[in-house]
Amino acid sequence: MNNFEPKIVGFLCNWCSYRGADLAGTSRLTYAPNLRVIRVMCSGRIEPLFVIKAFKEGADGVLICGCHPGDCHYSEGNYKVMRRVPPLKKMLEQFGIEPERLRVEWVSAAEGERFAEIVNDFTRKISELGPIK
Amino acid sequence: MAKLKFAFYWAATCGGCEEAVVDINEKILDVVNLADIVFWPVALDFKYSHIKAMEDKSIDVCFFNGAIRNEENEQMACLLRQKTRVMVAFGACACFGGIPGLANFTNAEAIFKRVYQETPSTHNPEAVVPQEDFETEEGRLNLPRFYDTVKRLRDVIEVEYFLPGCPPPAELILAAVTAIAENKLPPVGATIAGAKTLCDECDREKDKKVVTEFKRPYEIIPDTRKCLLEQGIICAGPATRAGCGQRCINANMGCRGCFGPPEGVIDQGAALLSALSSICEIKDESELKKIKPLILDPAGLVYRFSLPDSLLKSKRSVISG
Ligand code: SF4
Ligand code: SF4
Ligand code: SF4
Ligand code: FES
Repeated sequence: MNNFEPKIVGFLCNWCSYRGADLAGTSRLTYAPNLRVIRVMCSGRIEPLFVIKAFKEGADGVLICGCHPGDCHYSEGNYKVMRRVPPLKKMLEQFGIEPERLRVEWVSAAEGERFAEIVNDFTRKISELGPIK
Repeated sequence: MAKLKFAFYWAATCGGCEEAVVDINEKILDVVNLADIVFWPVALDFKYSHIKAMEDKSIDVCFFNGAIRNEENEQMACLLRQKTRVMVAFGACACFGGIPGLANFTNAEAIFKRVYQETPSTHNPEAVVPQEDFETEEGRLNLPRFYDTVKRLRDVIEVEYFLPGCPPPAELILAAVTAIAENKLPPVGATIAGAKTLCDECDREKDKKVVTEFKRPYEIIPDTRKCLLEQGIICAGPATRAGCGQRCINANMGCRGCFGPPEGVIDQGAALLSALSSICEIKDESELKKIKPLILDPAGLVYRFSLPDSLLKSKRSVISG
Protein backbone atom coordinates (compact mmCIF):
# COMPACT_ATOMS: atom_id res chain seq x y z
CA MET A 1 0.00 0.00 0.00
CA ASN A 2 1.30 3.46 -0.76
CA ASN A 3 1.72 6.02 1.99
CA PHE A 4 0.44 8.89 -0.12
CA GLU A 5 -1.17 11.58 2.02
CA PRO A 6 -3.34 13.69 -0.24
CA LYS A 7 -3.47 17.44 0.17
CA ILE A 8 -7.08 18.58 0.11
CA VAL A 9 -8.22 22.19 0.10
CA GLY A 10 -11.65 22.82 1.60
CA PHE A 11 -13.63 25.99 0.97
CA LEU A 12 -16.24 26.23 3.73
CA CYS A 13 -18.95 28.85 4.01
CA ASN A 14 -18.96 30.77 7.25
CA TRP A 15 -22.57 30.29 8.27
CA CYS A 16 -23.26 26.58 8.03
CA SER A 17 -20.38 24.46 6.84
CA TYR A 18 -17.61 26.07 8.86
CA ARG A 19 -19.78 25.72 11.94
CA GLY A 20 -20.41 22.12 11.02
CA ALA A 21 -16.64 21.62 10.89
CA ASP A 22 -16.34 23.42 14.22
CA LEU A 23 -18.91 21.10 15.72
CA ALA A 24 -16.91 18.11 14.51
CA GLY A 25 -13.96 19.61 16.38
CA THR A 26 -15.76 20.49 19.62
CA SER A 27 -17.40 17.06 19.57
CA ARG A 28 -13.87 15.65 19.48
CA LEU A 29 -14.54 13.57 16.40
CA THR A 30 -11.47 12.06 14.86
CA TYR A 31 -11.21 12.45 11.11
CA ALA A 32 -8.61 12.55 8.35
CA PRO A 33 -6.13 15.41 8.84
CA ASN A 34 -5.70 16.00 5.10
CA LEU A 35 -8.10 18.91 4.74
CA ARG A 36 -6.76 22.48 4.72
CA VAL A 37 -9.75 24.65 5.47
CA ILE A 38 -10.30 28.06 3.93
CA ARG A 39 -13.27 29.92 5.33
CA VAL A 40 -15.28 32.03 2.91
CA MET A 41 -18.34 34.10 3.76
CA CYS A 42 -20.54 32.14 1.37
CA SER A 43 -20.06 29.26 -1.04
CA GLY A 44 -21.25 31.68 -3.75
CA ARG A 45 -17.90 33.45 -3.34
CA ILE A 46 -16.05 30.43 -4.67
CA GLU A 47 -15.05 31.10 -8.23
CA PRO A 48 -13.54 28.68 -10.73
CA LEU A 49 -10.29 30.60 -10.27
CA PHE A 50 -10.02 29.49 -6.61
CA VAL A 51 -10.36 25.86 -7.59
CA ILE A 52 -7.92 26.15 -10.50
CA LYS A 53 -5.42 27.93 -8.31
CA ALA A 54 -5.68 25.26 -5.61
CA PHE A 55 -4.91 22.55 -8.17
CA LYS A 56 -2.14 24.64 -9.69
CA GLU A 57 -0.52 25.03 -6.26
CA GLY A 58 -0.54 21.30 -5.72
CA ALA A 59 -3.86 20.32 -4.17
CA ASP A 60 -4.87 16.74 -4.94
CA GLY A 61 -8.52 17.44 -4.22
CA VAL A 62 -10.84 20.39 -3.59
CA LEU A 63 -13.91 20.22 -1.37
CA ILE A 64 -16.54 22.94 -1.49
CA CYS A 65 -19.07 23.04 1.35
CA GLY A 66 -22.03 25.37 1.66
CA CYS A 67 -25.40 25.60 3.37
CA HIS A 68 -28.12 23.24 2.22
CA PRO A 69 -30.15 24.54 -0.74
CA GLY A 70 -32.66 27.04 0.58
CA ASP A 71 -30.57 27.73 3.70
CA CYS A 72 -27.88 30.06 2.36
CA HIS A 73 -27.39 33.05 4.62
CA TYR A 74 -27.36 35.26 1.54
CA SER A 75 -30.30 33.33 0.09
CA GLU A 76 -28.80 32.04 -3.16
CA GLY A 77 -25.02 31.90 -3.03
CA ASN A 78 -25.11 28.13 -2.98
CA TYR A 79 -27.24 28.06 -6.14
CA LYS A 80 -24.54 30.09 -7.84
CA VAL A 81 -21.83 27.61 -6.96
CA MET A 82 -24.16 24.80 -7.98
CA ARG A 83 -24.36 26.29 -11.46
CA ARG A 84 -20.63 26.79 -11.73
CA VAL A 85 -19.59 23.29 -10.87
CA PRO A 86 -20.75 21.18 -13.86
CA PRO A 87 -18.91 23.25 -16.51
CA LEU A 88 -15.94 23.58 -14.17
CA LYS A 89 -15.71 19.80 -13.74
CA LYS A 90 -15.88 19.32 -17.48
CA MET A 91 -13.16 21.92 -17.91
CA LEU A 92 -10.90 20.30 -15.31
CA GLU A 93 -11.25 17.06 -17.23
CA GLN A 94 -10.08 18.86 -20.38
CA PHE A 95 -7.01 19.95 -18.44
CA GLY A 96 -6.33 16.34 -17.44
CA ILE A 97 -7.57 16.76 -13.87
CA GLU A 98 -10.08 14.04 -12.93
CA PRO A 99 -13.45 15.68 -12.19
CA GLU A 100 -13.82 13.53 -9.06
CA ARG A 101 -11.08 15.62 -7.51
CA LEU A 102 -13.65 18.37 -7.06
CA ARG A 103 -16.57 17.70 -4.72
CA VAL A 104 -19.45 19.82 -3.51
CA GLU A 105 -21.38 19.01 -0.35
CA TRP A 106 -24.03 20.82 1.67
CA VAL A 107 -23.26 20.72 5.38
CA SER A 108 -25.35 22.44 8.05
CA ALA A 109 -24.08 23.77 11.39
CA ALA A 110 -25.60 20.73 13.08
CA GLU A 111 -23.89 18.16 10.87
CA GLY A 112 -20.52 17.78 12.54
CA GLU A 113 -20.59 14.04 12.23
CA ARG A 114 -21.58 14.17 8.58
CA PHE A 115 -18.78 16.63 7.90
CA ALA A 116 -16.25 14.23 9.41
CA GLU A 117 -17.64 11.39 7.28
CA ILE A 118 -17.42 13.48 4.11
CA VAL A 119 -13.79 14.39 4.81
CA ASN A 120 -12.91 10.77 5.51
CA ASP A 121 -14.65 9.51 2.42
CA PHE A 122 -13.20 12.18 0.13
CA THR A 123 -9.69 11.62 1.52
CA ARG A 124 -10.02 7.91 0.82
CA LYS A 125 -11.20 8.50 -2.73
CA ILE A 126 -8.43 10.97 -3.48
CA SER A 127 -5.87 8.55 -2.01
CA GLU A 128 -7.13 5.95 -4.47
CA LEU A 129 -6.77 8.40 -7.34
CA GLY A 130 -3.22 9.15 -6.27
CA PRO A 131 -1.30 12.42 -6.56
CA ILE A 132 -2.30 14.94 -9.18
CA LYS A 133 -0.22 14.77 -12.35
CA MET B 1 14.31 64.40 -36.59
CA ALA B 2 15.90 61.20 -37.78
CA LYS B 3 13.47 58.64 -39.06
CA LEU B 4 12.55 55.82 -36.71
CA LYS B 5 13.40 52.24 -37.56
CA PHE B 6 10.56 49.70 -37.45
CA ALA B 7 10.63 45.93 -37.80
CA PHE B 8 7.68 43.59 -38.31
CA TYR B 9 8.04 39.91 -37.65
CA TRP B 10 5.77 36.88 -37.67
CA ALA B 11 6.29 33.73 -35.63
CA ALA B 12 3.50 31.13 -35.17
CA THR B 13 0.90 33.20 -36.96
CA CYS B 14 -1.98 32.91 -39.40
CA GLY B 15 -0.83 35.97 -41.34
CA GLY B 16 -3.89 37.95 -40.29
CA CYS B 17 -1.81 40.29 -38.17
CA GLU B 18 0.34 41.13 -41.20
CA GLU B 19 -2.87 41.75 -43.10
CA ALA B 20 -3.97 44.11 -40.32
CA VAL B 21 -0.87 46.23 -40.89
CA VAL B 22 -1.68 46.47 -44.59
CA ASP B 23 -5.32 47.22 -43.69
CA ILE B 24 -4.40 50.62 -42.32
CA ASN B 25 -4.49 51.42 -46.06
CA GLU B 26 -3.23 54.83 -47.11
CA LYS B 27 -2.20 55.52 -43.52
CA ILE B 28 0.67 53.11 -44.18
CA LEU B 29 2.20 56.06 -46.03
CA ASP B 30 2.18 58.08 -42.81
CA VAL B 31 4.01 55.20 -41.19
CA VAL B 32 6.52 55.13 -44.01
CA ASN B 33 7.01 58.89 -43.68
CA LEU B 34 7.69 58.42 -40.03
CA ALA B 35 9.81 55.33 -40.05
CA ASP B 36 12.00 53.17 -42.23
CA ILE B 37 10.92 49.57 -42.23
CA VAL B 38 14.20 47.75 -41.78
CA PHE B 39 12.84 44.22 -41.51
CA TRP B 40 9.51 42.81 -42.76
CA PRO B 41 9.84 39.27 -44.10
CA VAL B 42 6.23 39.03 -45.28
CA ALA B 43 6.58 41.96 -47.67
CA LEU B 44 10.26 42.45 -48.40
CA ASP B 45 13.13 40.07 -48.96
CA PHE B 46 15.28 39.77 -45.87
CA LYS B 47 17.59 37.06 -44.63
CA TYR B 48 18.58 36.15 -41.07
CA SER B 49 22.06 37.43 -41.86
CA HIS B 50 20.71 40.94 -42.49
CA ILE B 51 19.30 41.19 -39.05
CA LYS B 52 22.30 39.54 -37.41
CA ALA B 53 24.49 42.19 -39.01
CA MET B 54 22.53 45.04 -37.47
CA GLU B 55 23.88 46.83 -34.45
CA ASP B 56 22.35 45.99 -31.08
CA LYS B 57 19.35 48.18 -30.20
CA SER B 58 19.41 49.79 -33.62
CA ILE B 59 15.75 48.97 -34.32
CA ASP B 60 13.50 51.41 -32.50
CA VAL B 61 10.31 49.36 -32.46
CA CYS B 62 9.64 45.75 -33.37
CA PHE B 63 6.04 44.64 -33.88
CA PHE B 64 6.12 40.91 -33.24
CA ASN B 65 3.05 38.84 -34.12
CA GLY B 66 2.39 35.14 -33.65
CA ALA B 67 3.00 32.78 -30.76
CA ILE B 68 6.14 30.79 -29.90
CA ARG B 69 5.55 27.31 -31.29
CA ASN B 70 9.04 26.13 -32.21
CA GLU B 71 12.74 26.73 -31.72
CA GLU B 72 13.03 29.10 -34.66
CA ASN B 73 10.26 31.35 -33.29
CA GLU B 74 12.15 31.58 -30.03
CA GLN B 75 15.54 32.21 -31.64
CA MET B 76 14.11 35.00 -33.78
CA ALA B 77 12.41 36.55 -30.75
CA CYS B 78 15.74 36.55 -28.90
CA LEU B 79 17.62 37.96 -31.87
CA LEU B 80 15.08 40.73 -32.44
CA ARG B 81 15.09 41.52 -28.74
CA GLN B 82 18.83 42.04 -28.91
CA LYS B 83 18.47 44.43 -31.85
CA THR B 84 15.39 46.33 -30.63
CA ARG B 85 14.69 49.08 -28.11
CA VAL B 86 10.91 48.70 -27.82
CA MET B 87 9.31 45.30 -28.33
CA VAL B 88 5.57 45.21 -28.99
CA ALA B 89 3.64 41.94 -28.72
CA PHE B 90 1.29 42.40 -31.65
CA GLY B 91 -2.01 40.50 -31.68
CA ALA B 92 -3.63 37.86 -29.51
CA CYS B 93 -1.12 35.13 -30.47
CA ALA B 94 1.93 37.09 -29.35
CA CYS B 95 0.13 38.49 -26.28
CA PHE B 96 -1.67 35.38 -24.98
CA GLY B 97 -0.80 32.45 -27.24
CA GLY B 98 -3.96 32.98 -29.28
CA ILE B 99 -5.66 30.33 -31.37
CA PRO B 100 -2.43 28.27 -31.80
CA GLY B 101 -2.32 28.13 -28.00
CA LEU B 102 -5.33 25.81 -27.99
CA ALA B 103 -2.86 23.13 -29.06
CA ASN B 104 -1.74 23.07 -25.42
CA PHE B 105 -4.56 20.59 -24.86
CA THR B 106 -2.36 18.13 -26.72
CA ASN B 107 1.38 17.71 -27.37
CA ALA B 108 3.91 17.51 -30.19
CA GLU B 109 3.69 13.74 -30.54
CA ALA B 110 -0.09 13.72 -30.81
CA ILE B 111 -0.07 16.62 -33.26
CA PHE B 112 2.44 14.87 -35.53
CA LYS B 113 0.46 11.66 -35.37
CA ARG B 114 -2.74 13.44 -36.29
CA VAL B 115 -1.27 15.58 -39.05
CA TYR B 116 1.07 13.07 -40.70
CA GLN B 117 -0.95 9.89 -40.19
CA GLU B 118 -4.54 10.17 -39.10
CA THR B 119 -6.25 12.92 -41.06
CA PRO B 120 -8.57 11.45 -43.72
CA SER B 121 -6.70 13.15 -46.54
CA THR B 122 -3.31 11.77 -45.49
CA HIS B 123 -1.72 8.89 -47.37
CA ASN B 124 1.52 8.08 -45.62
CA PRO B 125 1.99 4.30 -45.46
CA GLU B 126 5.65 4.58 -44.52
CA ALA B 127 4.81 6.96 -41.67
CA VAL B 128 7.24 9.62 -42.85
CA VAL B 129 7.41 12.51 -40.39
CA PRO B 130 9.69 15.56 -40.41
CA GLN B 131 13.00 14.99 -38.63
CA GLU B 132 14.98 17.64 -36.81
CA ASP B 133 18.15 16.30 -38.24
CA PHE B 134 18.39 14.54 -41.58
CA GLU B 135 21.26 13.31 -43.71
CA THR B 136 20.84 13.69 -47.48
CA GLU B 137 23.22 13.27 -50.41
CA GLU B 138 23.46 17.04 -50.57
CA GLY B 139 24.31 17.40 -46.91
CA ARG B 140 22.76 17.59 -43.48
CA LEU B 141 19.34 19.22 -43.08
CA ASN B 142 18.09 20.77 -39.87
CA LEU B 143 14.59 21.76 -38.88
CA PRO B 144 13.77 23.77 -35.77
CA ARG B 145 12.43 21.74 -32.85
CA PHE B 146 8.66 21.72 -32.56
CA TYR B 147 7.76 22.38 -28.90
CA ASP B 148 5.24 20.45 -26.83
CA THR B 149 3.51 23.65 -25.79
CA VAL B 150 2.80 27.03 -27.33
CA LYS B 151 4.16 30.01 -25.41
CA ARG B 152 3.48 33.72 -25.30
CA LEU B 153 6.15 36.11 -26.52
CA ARG B 154 6.71 37.32 -22.95
CA ASP B 155 7.56 33.76 -21.90
CA VAL B 156 10.77 33.91 -23.93
CA ILE B 157 11.80 37.59 -23.99
CA GLU B 158 10.99 40.84 -22.26
CA VAL B 159 8.17 42.77 -23.90
CA GLU B 160 7.53 46.49 -23.46
CA TYR B 161 3.98 46.81 -24.84
CA PHE B 162 1.00 44.66 -25.70
CA LEU B 163 -1.32 45.36 -28.60
CA PRO B 164 -4.10 42.79 -28.33
CA GLY B 165 -6.75 41.60 -30.76
CA CYS B 166 -7.12 38.96 -33.42
CA PRO B 167 -5.91 40.93 -35.23
CA PRO B 168 -5.45 44.36 -33.61
CA PRO B 169 -7.83 46.87 -35.17
CA ALA B 170 -6.41 49.56 -37.47
CA GLU B 171 -7.32 52.38 -35.06
CA LEU B 172 -5.28 50.81 -32.28
CA ILE B 173 -2.31 50.18 -34.55
CA LEU B 174 -2.39 53.82 -35.58
CA ALA B 175 -2.81 54.95 -31.98
CA ALA B 176 0.29 52.95 -31.04
CA VAL B 177 2.32 54.29 -33.96
CA THR B 178 1.24 57.85 -33.15
CA ALA B 179 2.17 57.43 -29.49
CA ILE B 180 5.59 56.17 -30.56
CA ALA B 181 6.06 59.06 -33.00
CA GLU B 182 5.04 61.67 -30.44
CA ASN B 183 7.00 59.96 -27.70
CA LYS B 184 3.84 59.59 -25.63
CA LEU B 185 4.01 55.90 -24.86
CA PRO B 186 2.35 54.66 -21.65
CA PRO B 187 4.47 53.11 -18.88
CA VAL B 188 6.41 50.00 -19.87
CA GLY B 189 4.31 46.85 -19.51
CA ALA B 190 1.10 48.55 -20.57
CA THR B 191 -1.50 47.12 -22.88
CA ILE B 192 -2.44 49.56 -25.58
CA ALA B 193 -6.24 49.21 -25.32
CA GLY B 194 -8.92 49.84 -22.68
CA ALA B 195 -8.48 48.77 -19.07
CA LYS B 196 -12.00 47.71 -18.15
CA THR B 197 -14.21 45.02 -19.62
CA LEU B 198 -15.91 45.10 -22.98
CA CYS B 199 -19.26 45.08 -21.11
CA ASP B 200 -18.29 48.38 -19.51
CA GLU B 201 -18.14 50.00 -22.92
CA CYS B 202 -20.99 48.13 -24.53
CA ASP B 203 -24.13 50.21 -24.74
CA ARG B 204 -26.59 47.39 -25.25
CA GLU B 205 -29.49 47.31 -22.77
CA LYS B 206 -28.82 45.12 -19.77
CA ASP B 207 -31.37 44.24 -17.15
CA LYS B 208 -32.05 40.71 -15.99
CA LYS B 209 -29.32 38.84 -14.24
CA VAL B 210 -30.37 35.30 -15.07
CA VAL B 211 -30.84 33.49 -18.35
CA THR B 212 -32.58 30.16 -18.67
CA GLU B 213 -30.57 28.65 -21.50
CA PHE B 214 -27.66 29.19 -23.88
CA LYS B 215 -28.28 29.02 -27.60
CA ARG B 216 -26.04 28.53 -30.60
CA PRO B 217 -25.75 31.66 -32.76
CA TYR B 218 -27.69 30.06 -35.62
CA GLU B 219 -30.67 29.29 -33.40
CA ILE B 220 -31.89 32.85 -32.97
CA ILE B 221 -31.62 36.24 -34.61
CA PRO B 222 -30.62 38.38 -31.65
CA ASP B 223 -32.24 41.70 -30.90
CA THR B 224 -29.62 44.31 -31.82
CA ARG B 225 -30.43 46.56 -28.86
CA LYS B 226 -30.27 44.04 -26.03
CA CYS B 227 -27.28 42.43 -24.36
CA LEU B 228 -26.42 39.25 -26.26
CA LEU B 229 -25.66 37.27 -23.13
CA GLU B 230 -29.08 38.04 -21.72
CA GLN B 231 -30.56 36.68 -24.93
CA GLY B 232 -28.70 33.42 -24.33
CA ILE B 233 -25.88 34.05 -26.80
CA ILE B 234 -22.48 33.36 -25.29
CA CYS B 235 -20.50 36.59 -25.12
CA ALA B 236 -17.04 36.91 -23.60
CA GLY B 237 -17.60 40.61 -22.85
CA PRO B 238 -17.62 40.22 -19.05
CA ALA B 239 -14.06 38.81 -19.07
CA THR B 240 -12.54 40.60 -22.07
CA ARG B 241 -10.56 43.82 -22.23
CA ALA B 242 -12.29 46.77 -23.84
CA GLY B 243 -10.80 48.60 -26.79
CA CYS B 244 -11.72 46.78 -29.99
CA GLY B 245 -14.55 49.15 -30.81
CA GLN B 246 -16.99 46.29 -30.18
CA ARG B 247 -16.32 44.76 -33.54
CA CYS B 248 -18.28 41.56 -33.00
CA ILE B 249 -21.08 43.12 -30.96
CA ASN B 250 -21.72 45.59 -33.78
CA ALA B 251 -22.04 42.64 -36.14
CA ASN B 252 -24.58 41.15 -33.71
CA MET B 253 -22.18 38.38 -32.68
CA GLY B 254 -21.02 37.48 -29.20
CA CYS B 255 -17.48 38.51 -28.29
CA ARG B 256 -14.97 35.64 -28.52
CA GLY B 257 -12.46 37.23 -26.15
CA CYS B 258 -9.62 38.18 -28.50
CA PHE B 259 -8.54 41.19 -26.40
CA GLY B 260 -7.59 38.93 -23.53
CA PRO B 261 -8.26 39.58 -19.85
CA PRO B 262 -9.07 43.08 -18.54
CA GLU B 263 -6.59 44.84 -16.25
CA GLY B 264 -6.19 42.95 -12.97
CA VAL B 265 -7.79 39.69 -14.14
CA ILE B 266 -5.19 36.94 -13.98
CA ASP B 267 -7.06 34.20 -15.80
CA GLN B 268 -9.49 35.15 -18.55
CA GLY B 269 -11.00 31.69 -18.89
CA ALA B 270 -11.67 31.23 -15.19
CA ALA B 271 -13.30 34.65 -15.06
CA LEU B 272 -15.41 33.92 -18.12
CA LEU B 273 -16.46 30.50 -16.90
CA SER B 274 -17.51 32.12 -13.65
CA ALA B 275 -19.51 34.83 -15.40
CA LEU B 276 -21.22 32.48 -17.83
CA SER B 277 -22.07 29.74 -15.40
CA SER B 278 -23.29 32.07 -12.65
CA ILE B 279 -25.99 33.66 -14.77
CA CYS B 280 -27.48 30.58 -16.35
CA GLU B 281 -30.22 29.08 -14.27
CA ILE B 282 -30.11 25.32 -14.00
CA LYS B 283 -31.58 23.50 -11.06
CA ASP B 284 -29.96 20.11 -11.39
CA GLU B 285 -27.98 17.80 -13.65
CA SER B 286 -31.02 16.95 -15.76
CA GLU B 287 -31.07 20.53 -17.01
CA LEU B 288 -27.48 20.52 -18.21
CA LYS B 289 -28.65 20.27 -21.80
CA LYS B 290 -29.89 23.84 -21.48
CA ILE B 291 -26.31 25.01 -21.22
CA LYS B 292 -24.97 22.71 -23.91
CA PRO B 293 -22.94 25.39 -25.74
CA LEU B 294 -21.08 25.93 -22.47
CA ILE B 295 -20.80 22.33 -21.36
CA LEU B 296 -19.63 20.81 -24.68
CA ASP B 297 -16.16 22.33 -24.67
CA PRO B 298 -15.88 24.83 -21.82
CA ALA B 299 -12.08 25.11 -21.91
CA GLY B 300 -12.00 25.75 -25.65
CA LEU B 301 -14.72 28.32 -25.29
CA VAL B 302 -13.36 30.35 -22.39
CA TYR B 303 -9.67 30.10 -23.32
CA ARG B 304 -10.13 30.50 -27.06
CA PHE B 305 -7.31 33.05 -27.25
CA SER B 306 -5.56 32.75 -23.92
CA LEU B 307 -4.73 29.20 -22.92
CA PRO B 308 -0.92 29.79 -22.69
CA ASP B 309 -1.75 32.92 -20.66
CA SER B 310 -3.85 30.98 -18.13
CA LEU B 311 -2.81 29.71 -14.72
CA LEU B 312 -2.69 26.10 -15.87
CA LYS B 313 -1.21 26.94 -19.33
CA SER B 314 -1.65 23.44 -20.74
CA LYS B 315 -3.14 20.04 -20.14
CA ARG B 316 -1.52 18.57 -17.03
CA SER B 317 0.19 15.65 -18.70
CA VAL B 318 1.83 17.92 -21.29
CA ILE B 319 5.28 18.76 -20.08
CA SER B 320 6.26 22.27 -20.99
CA GLY B 321 9.10 22.42 -23.47
S1 SF4 C 1 -3.71 37.25 -33.47
FE1 SF4 C 1 -5.24 36.44 -34.89
S2 SF4 C 1 -4.79 37.49 -36.81
FE2 SF4 C 1 -2.96 37.69 -35.52
S3 SF4 C 1 -1.67 35.95 -36.07
FE3 SF4 C 1 -2.90 35.34 -34.32
S4 SF4 C 1 -4.67 34.29 -35.22
FE4 SF4 C 1 -3.73 35.51 -36.86
S1 SF4 D 1 -22.22 40.49 -22.45
FE1 SF4 D 1 -21.68 41.12 -24.53
S2 SF4 D 1 -23.53 42.07 -25.34
FE2 SF4 D 1 -23.79 41.94 -23.13
S3 SF4 D 1 -23.07 43.91 -22.34
FE3 SF4 D 1 -21.32 42.52 -22.30
S4 SF4 D 1 -20.27 42.86 -24.25
FE4 SF4 D 1 -22.33 43.73 -24.46
S1 SF4 E 1 -15.81 41.84 -29.67
FE1 SF4 E 1 -14.41 40.46 -28.57
S2 SF4 E 1 -13.76 38.93 -30.06
FE2 SF4 E 1 -14.70 40.64 -31.20
S3 SF4 E 1 -12.95 41.94 -31.73
FE3 SF4 E 1 -13.75 42.70 -29.79
S4 SF4 E 1 -12.55 41.66 -28.21
FE4 SF4 E 1 -12.25 40.56 -30.12
S1 FES F 1 -23.75 31.31 3.43
FE1 FES F 1 -23.50 29.13 3.33
S2 FES F 1 -23.69 28.85 1.19
FE2 FES F 1 -24.13 30.98 1.32
